[in-house]
Amino acid sequence: MQGQWSWLKGGIALGLTFLLAIAVVKPIGVSTQFVIADGLIWSLFDRDLVTQDSTAKNGFSSHNAYLDKSGGKYAKSVANPVNYGFVFVLAMIAGGFLSSRLGGRNRESEIPDVWAQRFGDKPALRMGMSFAAGAVVVFGARLAGGCTSGHMMSGMMQTSLSGYMFALGAFAVAIPTAMLVFGRR
Amino acid sequence: MQIFLAVLLGTLFGFVLHRIAAASPQVIIDMLRLRDLRLMKTIIFAIGLATCGLFVGLATGLIDAAHLSVKASYAGVIAGGGLLGLGWAISGFCPGTSLVAAGAGRKDALYFIGGGLVGAFCYMLAYPWFKQSGILDPISAGKVTVAATGSEAYPALAAGLPGWLTALLIGVALMVVAWRLPLKMQPPGSGHSPTRRHPGTRTANTAG
Repeated sequence: MQGQWSWLKGGIALGLTFLLAIAVVKPIGVSTQFVIADGLIWSLFDRDLVTQDSTAKNGFSSHNAYLDKSGGKYAKSVANPVNYGFVFVLAMIAGGFLSSRLGGRNRESEIPDVWAQRFGDKPALRMGMSFAAGAVVVFGARLAGGCTSGHMMSGMMQTSLSGYMFALGAFAVAIPTAMLVFGRR
Repeated sequence: MQIFLAVLLGTLFGFVLHRIAAASPQVIIDMLRLRDLRLMKTIIFAIGLATCGLFVGLATGLIDAAHLSVKASYAGVIAGGGLLGLGWAISGFCPGTSLVAAGAGRKDALYFIGGGLVGAFCYMLAYPWFKQSGILDPISAGKVTVAATGSEAYPALAAGLPGWLTALLIGVALMVVAWRLPLKMQPPGSGHSPTRRHPGTRTANTAG
């Protein structure tokens, strides 16, 4: 990739970004916002999904048990989508766009080479498997209570036991899977 | 103010993830099949640096312990991590990097995000079952850290040591590991390894 930083420069930049976020606001996390986005879509069809509730700790409750948990924490975010966590994740998209426009052009093809070597140059298969993988990844992240950002990076930097557990589970499956599926050559 | 910070920090994070090539599924897969460890070095170094910086910040009062957010430890953390690892290895995306890749114009990332919304929805429906199964029940004291944070909400495993000392030991160890990891690893028997000097092993290998 053009404009790619050296491993050390990248490591310093990534570490300082996580440090800055926790110093100024709170640890970085991403996967929760997939739930908030679902809640927003769901509430288009079900106006009673999230309701104001003065007895709940966060002032909102939901008939969906997951949105309702922790005193309506997620329900509150669905009711007020212009909140820190959701806007942060939307801004990440802008960050990727900016980097790609400011000299970070990625010359890799629509289908990753390593993927095309294994599964062939079939866009429909790549898109279908990306969709299926996305479902497995975010389901797993929600079961774990966080993803690579929230558990592995933010968790481990706080020396959180759960962060190390998550990294262990993720790499213990990801490395053998990648080696088996794509080989090492 | 919070929203302004969200825009600023989110954009910065997305920009950095893109510049370290974490949003490239090729780079992720090459890392996970242990071919190209450049990104692994970056990530491990970043965690080490952030660990040191955070606990020095806490000890000096520059960082408020109220900003910490430690997640609970339960069996589902490992199981969920494993599921994430499976999809991560096959697609080359995780939730954060898929958003960055979509911003940079990758179409497969959009499909990944669509799938992610479906996966999150399935979990929203399945949550009561997981809750009942006991897989979400905290192990040990729940929201536990290794180094003492100074926050009463999070018991520390190394409660007898100053938090900054434990954290510096861990953080520096991670940075040393990152430094010492090789950038590239050759697959076994590839014939391209600089340590492989016998010409016979080269000619024996025709694959590749």
